[in-house]
Amino acid sequence: MEAKQHSNVSRRKIVNRIAIGAIFAAVVLAIIPLFLILAEVIIKGAPEMNLDFLTKLPTPVNVSGGGVVNAIEGSFVMVGFASLISLPVGIGAGIFLSEWGEMRFASFASFVNDVLAEFPSIVIGIFVYVIIVLTTHTFSALAGGLALSIIMMPIIARTTEESLKLVPRSLREASMALGVSRWRTITRVVLSTGRGGLITGVLLSIARAAGETAPLLLTALGSTLALTSLFQPTAALPLLIYTYGISPFRDWQDKAWGASLVLVLVVLVLNLSVKAVTRAKFITVVE
Amino acid sequence: MTMTVTELGEMQGVEQTRREMPPIAGQSKLEVRGLLAYFDKTQALKGINLKIPERKITAIIGPSGCGKSTLLRTMNRMHELTPRARVEGEILLDGQNIYDPSMDAVRIRQRIGMVFQKPNPFPTMSVYDNVAAGLKLNGVRDRKRLDETVERSLKMSFLWEEMKDRLKESGARLSGGQQQRLCIARALAVEPEVILMDEPCSALDPNATQKIEEMMVQLENEYTIVIVTHNMQQAARVADYTAFMYLGELIEFDETEVMFENPKKELTERYITGKFG
Repeated sequence: MEAKQHSNVSRRKIVNRIAIGAIFAAVVLAIIPLFLILAEVIIKGAPEMNLDFLTKLPTPVNVSGGGVVNAIEGSFVMVGFASLISLPVGIGAGIFLSEWGEMRFASFASFVNDVLAEFPSIVIGIFVYVIIVLTTHTFSALAGGLALSIIMMPIIARTTEESLKLVPRSLREASMALGVSRWRTITRVVLSTGRGGLITGVLLSIARAAGETAPLLLTALGSTLALTSLFQPTAALPLLIYTYGISPFRDWQDKAWGASLVLVLVVLVLNLSVKAVTRAKFITVVE
Repeated sequence: MTMTVTELGEMQGVEQTRREMPPIAGQSKLEVRGLLAYFDKTQALKGINLKIPERKITAIIGPSGCGKSTLLRTMNRMHELTPRARVEGEILLDGQNIYDPSMDAVRIRQRIGMVFQKPNPFPTMSVYDNVAAGLKLNGVRDRKRLDETVERSLKMSFLWEEMKDRLKESGARLSGGQQQRLCIARALAVEPEVILMDEPCSALDPNATQKIEEMMVQLENEYTIVIVTHNMQQAARVADYTAFMYLGELIEFDETEVMFENPKKELTERYITGKFG
């Protein structure tokens, strides 16, 4: 009897070690791709980095030099335009889902929001293509930004909802009991307390939108020209990486790596900002 | 020539009366009439009638689940903020029904403040901003008025000496007892007429509890205080009047001394002698 117990114990210890070893191996495997990709992008992209690359327009195929400034501008303009729409709508929807969650409509809206958040982005691209591109007869930054905003909205709504739900009910009651209206309680106490999560959601949605390619193929199309109007085909970093990456020209392929590095750096900076935001817990309220 | 107290009050104006006349025995600040309260389909209060005397401390005692906190939360219309919670009946504040459709719940809560069981300072705000919150959130920006209010409120809650050099610190960094006194200062800053306290000491140590009880006795000169407590010694120590509730009903209400020394109902006696609850 005792011997059996003893062997059970040692068996358990071995199984325990194997399990720990296995999950450790799994986590290493999971993060290896990130470092491989980062290394590749830096090795191949860094040589392309120079002032011209970031400030000059693309040159024709057989002319060396030039840069990708129009793609950087296009990405900024379209993500900016998308933020302009999706921030107020997404945060507003998130407030509704969190603060009026007991309403029957809220659980329906929450479900729809989940579906939209997981929607294939190419389908969003086709939708905007039909609604905007076909009716305005042109690919445009406007259409691209709209497609990106549809991708960003549910992410912002969801993270807003989640971070506001983390704000204790007791703080809402404390504010209401001081004779502060519900709306002011939400805007001045709840949003202020949950702002860390809120900003995180916004930054992550921007990172996601900045890297989206599929919907932009059908809406912004891409361009080698400078951005002069919201109503013309517009370049963007992911589009440029796609077009240059599959091209047969060595110079374009190199520039695709350079553009990849720029994009990765933008996403990395956004993610690091998220880290910084979530670390700063106490922020004095400034009037 | 002799004048009755009422006539004097009329001469000086109502506001004057409230501040300077001594408390008049029997004059009620709040009057609960036929109050029923529900959570969804569960009835929590089964017809409460109760007069809360002005500028006195009234304690509500009773075993867990008797409805004492619910009754307190109906007095400043906090009960209705719980999803699917309802109220029927009347509560008169200076003779005016706070449940009248013409009454604004937000305004009521400025006149009837509340302190909660668990200290709940705003974690993103400094000590100063916590105390000033009721004014600031309602748009008061006058620096001098805010400074004065913060100092006066912290003095009333015996926190000024400890806090005057720490006003910019986070309110969440204080000890539990300090946090609760901060919450009381925050409620006082709005200058309410009535202060409702929902087991304000149940999360505190005896030392902190004593400070809050001392403060309550000081505040009694200016405010009508209603305190819910499951601590009968506390009720006996601080309250002028005590109400005993059981299963959603008010069993007995009297002066605290009478209540503890000579209760009229057997149920009350059994509860205060610790035979149940």
